[in-house]
Amino acid sequence: MDERIIAVRFVDVKRYFGDVAAVNGVNLDIYDGEFFTMLGPSGSGKTTCLRMIAGFDHPNSGRIELFGRDVTGLPPYDRDVHTVFQDYALFPHMTVGENVAYRLTILHRPKAEIQKRVEEILELVRLPGLAMRKPSQLSGGQRQRVALARALIDHPKVLLLDEPLGALDLKLRQQMQIELKNIQQRVGITFIYVTHDQEEALTMSDRLAVFNLGRVEQYGAPEDIYENPSTVFTAGFVGTSNVFKGPAAEKITGSSQTFTIRPEKIALHDPEADISDAEVFADGVVREGVYLGMYTRFIIALDLGGELTVVEQNVGASHKLDAARGKRVRAVWHRDFIRPIAEGG
Amino acid sequence: MRSNARSPFGLTLAAVAVVLFLHIPLLLIGLYAFTIEESAFTFPPPGLTVKWFAEAMHRADLWSALLLSFKVATVTTLIALLMGLLAAFAVHHGKFLGKEAITFLVLLPIALPGIVTGIAMRSSFKMLNVDFNFWTIVIGHVTFCIVVVYNNVIARLRRTGFSIIEASMDLGADTFQTFRYVILPTISSALLAGGMLAFSLSFDEVIVTTFTAGQQATLPIWILAQLSRPRDRPVTNVVALFVILITTIPILLAYRLTRQDEE
Amino acid sequence: MAVTPAARGTLPDSIGKKFSRFFHAHPGLSIFLLLLLPFLWLGVVYFGSLGALILQSVFQYDSYSGRVIHIITGENYIELLSPSNLDIILRTASMAAAVTLADAIVAFPLAYYVVRYAKGRVKALLYLAVLLPLWSSYIVRVYAWKLILAKEGILSWFMAQLGMTSLLDKVLSFPGIGGPSLSTSMIGMWIVFVYIWLPYMYLPIHASLERLSTSMLEASADLGARPASTFWRVTLPLVMPGVVAGSIFTFSLTMGDFIIPGTIGNSSLFIGQAVLRYQGTAGNIPLAAAMTVVPMVVMALYLVLARSRGAFDAL
Repeated sequence: MDERIIAVRFVDVKRYFGDVAAVNGVNLDIYDGEFFTMLGPSGSGKTTCLRMIAGFDHPNSGRIELFGRDVTGLPPYDRDVHTVFQDYALFPHMTVGENVAYRLTILHRPKAEIQKRVEEILELVRLPGLAMRKPSQLSGGQRQRVALARALIDHPKVLLLDEPLGALDLKLRQQMQIELKNIQQRVGITFIYVTHDQEEALTMSDRLAVFNLGRVEQYGAPEDIYENPSTVFTAGFVGTSNVFKGPAAEKITGSSQTFTIRPEKIALHDPEADISDAEVFADGVVREGVYLGMYTRFIIALDLGGELTVVEQNVGASHKLDAARGKRVRAVWHRDFIRPIAEGG
Repeated sequence: MRSNARSPFGLTLAAVAVVLFLHIPLLLIGLYAFTIEESAFTFPPPGLTVKWFAEAMHRADLWSALLLSFKVATVTTLIALLMGLLAAFAVHHGKFLGKEAITFLVLLPIALPGIVTGIAMRSSFKMLNVDFNFWTIVIGHVTFCIVVVYNNVIARLRRTGFSIIEASMDLGADTFQTFRYVILPTISSALLAGGMLAFSLSFDEVIVTTFTAGQQATLPIWILAQLSRPRDRPVTNVVALFVILITTIPILLAYRLTRQDEE
Repeated sequence: MAVTPAARGTLPDSIGKKFSRFFHAHPGLSIFLLLLLPFLWLGVVYFGSLGALILQSVFQYDSYSGRVIHIITGENYIELLSPSNLDIILRTASMAAAVTLADAIVAFPLAYYVVRYAKGRVKALLYLAVLLPLWSSYIVRVYAWKLILAKEGILSWFMAQLGMTSLLDKVLSFPGIGGPSLSTSMIGMWIVFVYIWLPYMYLPIHASLERLSTSMLEASADLGARPASTFWRVTLPLVMPGVVAGSIFTFSLTMGDFIIPGTIGNSSLFIGQAVLRYQGTAGNIPLAAAMTVVPMVVMALYLVLARSRGAFDAL
């Protein structure tokens, strides 16, 4: 099997706040050197799990292992794990250089060494020469990099990132996503990333775990999760999805097994269009069309009841949306793309 | 920097000790007001009675001091409200250099030790050959009361921002109507809180008043004089309790008002 | 369906509207008028008095006639350097320093507890608990301590219960800080000063601590600092401006006070009492004014120092 080293392992971890189980039995293996994302809505337990890795919180039951060693009761300063905080948590009374050097200062490293390593890490995060500035003089994006540099300076075994890009605007965020990924690959350490943004998770991760209500619904590589969601929740949270249950499912596929089908796998044809045996169809009327630049999203009111979301790329001329509204169509997709799904979630 | 952990025992103990330290003297006054004996400070008190309350009520000098304090505080508060409001307005709405200078000027009377204000005013009055009377006391008090009104009102104005005023004018209201229908209701609680604090401040003030009062006695000056009259202790205790109650209530109300505002 | 346009401007302009337009058209003048009254009061009456006071401090005083002569002289300031006056100044300044130090030490644990560990209602109640004595009567609180410190008062009783009466007597017999009884001694004065100004020191410290985010402390621990290290490297430097801000009050208030030394003290004078005495019976306003300038100058220097250490952001 895998000879890969397991950097972080969760074994049946539970964390209660009063009666509420914020983390309700989580089992995870995170490999050394990978970019792993914990994805989920607010309150799903992902941040609590991250904090338990860092040591700011402890499980009520179960255990957490770092490179094979049980760290469940260990305080944060005794773990070789560092965190990039959501609000950056830079020390306002210290310069950028002092902030970044903090870890080494605590370790009482010699001044010359500290200076050299500070310079190197600031180069890595592309903030050269800013060592003498104060955090209040920097922009949001710059502060974010200082937080990153501060956590990376002594090459910890694992880096934890708690929704670090939330405060940045879209373009900056996309740029930072690429940079973070690059830095991770260059430095080669395990990054554990928490976010609620599924697009971000898909962009950056080697593997990801989808959290919901304190449990991991599914985890694996991004394409696996996207193409083969195992629960209704995952199908709906990672990307958009259409779900068909019982009688409706039967009308389309002949079986009452609940299934899900991704909007981009569906094509809209004229009504009464011919379809092959490998395909299935559903007829309906276009209720709405939203033009989104690269693609257009259609909402189809189905004859058999309910709605279907269909996404078509705008190759060639854009669809004439006025003409499309109210038009009768036949939605067609290949059987291979039908994903049977467990009801849970 | 909230922490969900429990506080270390030593810290909790220290915190409790400090709170007790702050409040026990006040509670003791409450106790002593009822003590039966005349020297009125032995502990534990040999017995309890309410007779001193009756005796206090018959003291004419006490009543005139109380009345004077009351009048001074009321007039001071009204003037300070006006001044504070005007100044806060000017600083919030105006575009001019020297805003910091205004804030500094407003703050100065309360930042400098009372003795400076006191003697400065006294020597000015003497130089201008003004007799010490009701108004000299008020003038002294107003100078350091303006700041409490100013701070409250300007904080409220800053929190409100400009958009509701612009909205009001956009809908046709002129300056006065906007003030009446929009601004005044918004700052009313700040004015009330500032006014109550100013009242408390003036009612209790003794250092500046010593210099600006001439022969008259406000209540705090009366108490000060009583300090050298050990025989009168029981009555002083009663008055002290009364003063604590009278200054505590506006403070609690002012606090409630400003908290409601922030919510 | 056309909407009937509303009748426009058919009502005659009210006086209000006329004035409004004027203010709108003359913003500068309007502000000027707004500021006129407060400025007259503060600028002329108050600031003018301060100026007059400083002026007085350089006038001559004729002790024979008891008159102030309007000739500029520096003799009042030279008089301040006399042994007895220097004594007074140094005594007041050292008391102010001792009070400041004690207040910082006493206020800090409470503030730390309230900001870090107290939640919701408890936190609000504790904050109120500090605010209340601040605003409740100064003179009454001083009076309360006179009773507490009295020979048969509660403190002596308490000491007797603990069997520490002899210790109390020993302390009181110390030269410099002792006295015939607690209520007429330096140490008694020091206790009362610490008590009275405590809320002034508490509030800025509380405000500074509020500005410390939990994530900063977590970040420090995350990067390997043990709790003591985090306290020295992160918490303390960020609280310092608050402590300095609080010390501005405790220092300034102690420097100018004459009531507490008069009530709880012995016969050795403080600056406030000296000022009162000079301008009172002697009518020597110039000397009193010069004496008053001392705390003003000390505070001005202190404020400059405090500003450079960022205390103003904590106010």
